[in-house]
Amino acid sequence: MKKALFAGAVCLLLPTIGLAGEYNLTVDRVEIDTGDFVKQGIGYNGKSPGPVMRFKEGENVSINVTNNLNETTSIHWHGIILPFDQDGVPGISFPGIAPGETFTYNFPITQAGTYWFHSHSGFQEPDGAYGSIVIEPDGREPFRYDRDYVVQLTDKHPDSSERVMRNLKVMSDYYNREQQTVGEFFSDAAENGLMNTVKDRMAWGDMRMMKADVEDLQGFTGLINGKGPKQNWTGIFEPGERIRLRFINSSAMTYFDIRIPGLNMTVVQADGNNVQPVNVDEFRIGVAETYDVIVRPKDEQAYTIFAESMGRTGYARATLATEKGMEAAVPGLREPARLTMADMGGMTGMSGMNHGGMGKGDMMGSGTMSGMDHGAMKDMDHSAMKDMDQSAMKDMDQSAMKDMAGMDHSKMANMDHGSMMMPEGGASDPFYAQGSGLIPTAANGGKFLSYADLKAQKPLYEEREPTREIELRLTGNMERYIWSINDVKYEDADPIRLKYGERVRFKFVNETMMTHPMHLHGMWSILDVGAGQWNPIKHTVSVQPGTTVYVETEVDAPGQWAFHCHLSYHMAAGMFRKIIVEGGPESNQAGSGEHSDAIGGDA
Amino acid sequence: MKFWTPLIASTVLGLGVIPVLASAQERIQDTTERKQPLNVWGAQFEEFEYRYSEDDEELGVWDTDFFYGTDNFKARWLSSGEYAIEGRSYEKVENQLVGQIPISKFFDAKAGIRFDTPEGPDRTYAVLGFAGLAPQWFEIDTNFYVSKDGDTSADLDAEYELLLTNYWILTASLDATVAFSEDREIGVGKGLVSTETGLRLSYDLIGRAFSPYVGIVHERKYGSTADFARADGSGTGGWLAVVGARLFF
Repeated sequence: MKKALFAGAVCLLLPTIGLAGEYNLTVDRVEIDTGDFVKQGIGYNGKSPGPVMRFKEGENVSINVTNNLNETTSIHWHGIILPFDQDGVPGISFPGIAPGETFTYNFPITQAGTYWFHSHSGFQEPDGAYGSIVIEPDGREPFRYDRDYVVQLTDKHPDSSERVMRNLKVMSDYYNREQQTVGEFFSDAAENGLMNTVKDRMAWGDMRMMKADVEDLQGFTGLINGKGPKQNWTGIFEPGERIRLRFINSSAMTYFDIRIPGLNMTVVQADGNNVQPVNVDEFRIGVAETYDVIVRPKDEQAYTIFAESMGRTGYARATLATEKGMEAAVPGLREPARLTMADMGGMTGMSGMNHGGMGKGDMMGSGTMSGMDHGAMKDMDHSAMKDMDQSAMKDMDQSAMKDMAGMDHSKMANMDHGSMMMPEGGASDPFYAQGSGLIPTAANGGKFLSYADLKAQKPLYEEREPTREIELRLTGNMERYIWSINDVKYEDADPIRLKYGERVRFKFVNETMMTHPMHLHGMWSILDVGAGQWNPIKHTVSVQPGTTVYVETEVDAPGQWAFHCHLSYHMAAGMFRKIIVEGGPESNQAGSGEHSDAIGGDA
Repeated sequence: MKFWTPLIASTVLGLGVIPVLASAQERIQDTTERKQPLNVWGAQFEEFEYRYSEDDEELGVWDTDFFYGTDNFKARWLSSGEYAIEGRSYEKVENQLVGQIPISKFFDAKAGIRFDTPEGPDRTYAVLGFAGLAPQWFEIDTNFYVSKDGDTSADLDAEYELLLTNYWILTASLDATVAFSEDREIGVGKGLVSTETGLRLSYDLIGRAFSPYVGIVHERKYGSTADFARADGSGTGGWLAVVGARLFF
C-alpha cells in the first residue's frame, strides 16, 4: 500500500502520465427494497447498487474508500488491470479496510469498457456491495450509439447470506423447489413409457444426482439496477436512437438469459473488450460477466428487457420506453431446465452403470429428445466439428455416443439438407456437452449467442504458442456442498505458481454437474473458441457441466492474484485459488521473497 | 505498463525511496476466513410430535440432532425419547454424543457414547455408526452399540422422501433394533428387538425450517423382547396417529 501511495504521489508530480481523478466511496449499511421484500444489506454511498464510476482511459484514479461498517471490507475492481496490491482481495492483495478506515486506491486506467466493482470480503457482495464501472476509451469506439445505460443484474434473496450458506451446507437442496415429483414421474411415464421412466429415475438415483440441480439458490427476486420486476427500472429513448446497454451480472449465483422482445441486439463487447458485432435475439450472461449490446428501437413504444434465470425459477425485468410509466408485456417463465446424462459426462464413478438404459432414460428426458437428435445432426456439419473442443468430444458421455451411433442412418441420408439446417438456432452449442439439458435456445426461435460467436475486435496480444498447459479440474460434492479445484478446497491448497512472461494454457475440466464462472484476477483470460488471434479476451469464463474449456493467459502481471468460481457460495465452499506470479519487473516483491511464507502459509 | 514508469523514475531519482520499496516486498499471507475451514452448526428436529395410540395412550416424542463442525469433523448431540403425557414421565430417553468424519462421497462414520435412561436401570454404550445417502435416495443411519456390561446391539434407520409436489412430501421411515445378547433388566431379548415404521405427510411452510406433518406409526416388539413385555404387562406394539413438525434452526 505504501508503494501504491507513493506511486500515486509520483504520478501527480509527472503530468506527462496523464489525467488524475479523485473519487470517494463510502461503504454503508443500507436497506434494500426489492418490491417483494425489504432487507438489510451493504451498499456504496448509501445505496445498493453503488454508483456508476465513470473513468477515462489513461487516467490515474485515486479512490478514497471509507468503511462505515463495523467489519472489515474491501473493493475489488472486477476486470480492471492494475497492480496487484490495488486489486482489493483481503489476504491476497492487501489486509482489507478496517472499520472506520479510509483506504485510498491508486491505479492507472489502461483499458476501456464496461466493468464492475464489488466487495471481496465475506458475503458482502451478495449482501449488496457492488457497483458498476464505465471507462470511456482514449480513441473512438468501433461502433456508434446515441445513449448508454448500465443494466446491472442481481439475484436478491430474502435470507441472509450466512444463512444461505449454512442451509446449503446442511441440505444442499434446501432451496431447490424444481425437483422431480410424483406428478412428473407419471407425465414422463405417459410420454416415454413406464419402464423408460423407471430406468431413468434409477440411473439418476444410482448416482444420487438430481436432474433439477441447475440452480442452488432459488427464491430470489431478480433486480435490474436495484429495481425488482414490480419496480420496473425504465430507460428512456427517442425512437431511432442507438442505445448501448451495458449488461453486468452481479448476481451471487444466477445466470440470466436476456432478451428484449421486439428488438434485435448487437453484441459489441464482452467483459469490457470489444468483439466483432454479433446480432442475437437472446444471450446468456454468466455470473460476473458483462455484455454490451446495441439496440435500435424505431417505434414509440415500450420494450421489456426480460432476464430469465437459467433454471427458469426467477427473473429480472426492466423497460425501455419513450417516457416514464410505459410498459410492455412481460413474458412468462419457460419450463424449468433439466440436466441430462450428457451433463454428467465428467462425473466419476459412473462405471458401474448401465449405459444402455441410461441412454434411453436420457433420451426421453423432458425435451432432450429434440435436443439430442437435432443437435447431434447439426454437429455433424464439419465446420461445427472443427470448432468443437477435441477433449470435449473425448469426454462426451458414452450413452450419448451410443445413441448417436444407434441413429437410423438411412433415414438421415434420405433427409433433405434444407430440413437439416436448424432454422431455430438449434439446441447445439460447442460450449455445452452434446445433448446437455442446459443448451439455451432463443424464445422467439432466433439466434442465441454462443461463446463460439465471440471474436475479438482487436487482439490484445500477439498470437503465440502457450509455454505450458495447466489442467484444472473443477470438482465438487453436491451432497456435502463442497466445491474444489482438483479435488482440493482452498483451505487445503497450495498456490498456483506462474512465471512472469509465460503464456499459460489453462485446461478447465468441469467434472461437476453445475456451471462454474471462473474468474482470474489481474490478467486476461483469452478464451479459445478456435479463432486463433481473434479469440475473445475475457475476465470470467463459464465452464458448463461435462465440458472442457481452454483459456490462455499472458502472464504479464507480477504479484499474487485470486482465481475462483464467481458463484458466491461455491467460492466460499472452496472453489478458490491463490495465484503467484514469480519474477517480472518487481521480481523482488513477487518472486523470491515469497517462497518462504507461501510454502509455510499455504500448506 | 505506464504504471511502472513512475516507479522506475522514482527508484532512479531518490535513494530515500528504497526502504519504502523494501517494506512493500513483504507479501501478504491469507489469514482471512476464506482460508479457514468453514464451520457449520445446526439444530434439526427430525421428529417433534404428539402420538396417540390405539389404546388411548398419549405421548410426546422427539428425535433431535444438534451439530457443529467442519467438512472434516462434526460433533453431534443426538437425542430422542418419549414422554407419557398422562403419566407425566419419560418412557425412554436416549442421548448420544458422537464425533463424525466423512469416509466416502456419501457416507460418514460416527463414534462416541450413548446414554440411555430406559425403564429399569440406566445404560451406557459405546457407539460406532455410519450415516449417509444410499443409492436411490435412501437416507441410512446405522449404529453398533456395546454396553458397559458387554451386551451388543445394532439399529438401522432408513428413510425415503417421496415428493408429491415440491412442498408436499411423504416420508416413509423404518427403524429396526437388533440385540446380539439378552439384557433382561431392560427387557431386551436376543434377536430382532423392535421395529417402528412410519409414514408422514409434511408441508414445507417456512423454507425447510418448519414443516408440519401428520402421519401414522406402527410399533412392534419381537421374539423374547415381546415375551418380556407381555410378562411385564405392557404392550407389544400397535398403531399410533402422529401430529408434529420437522424443524431446522
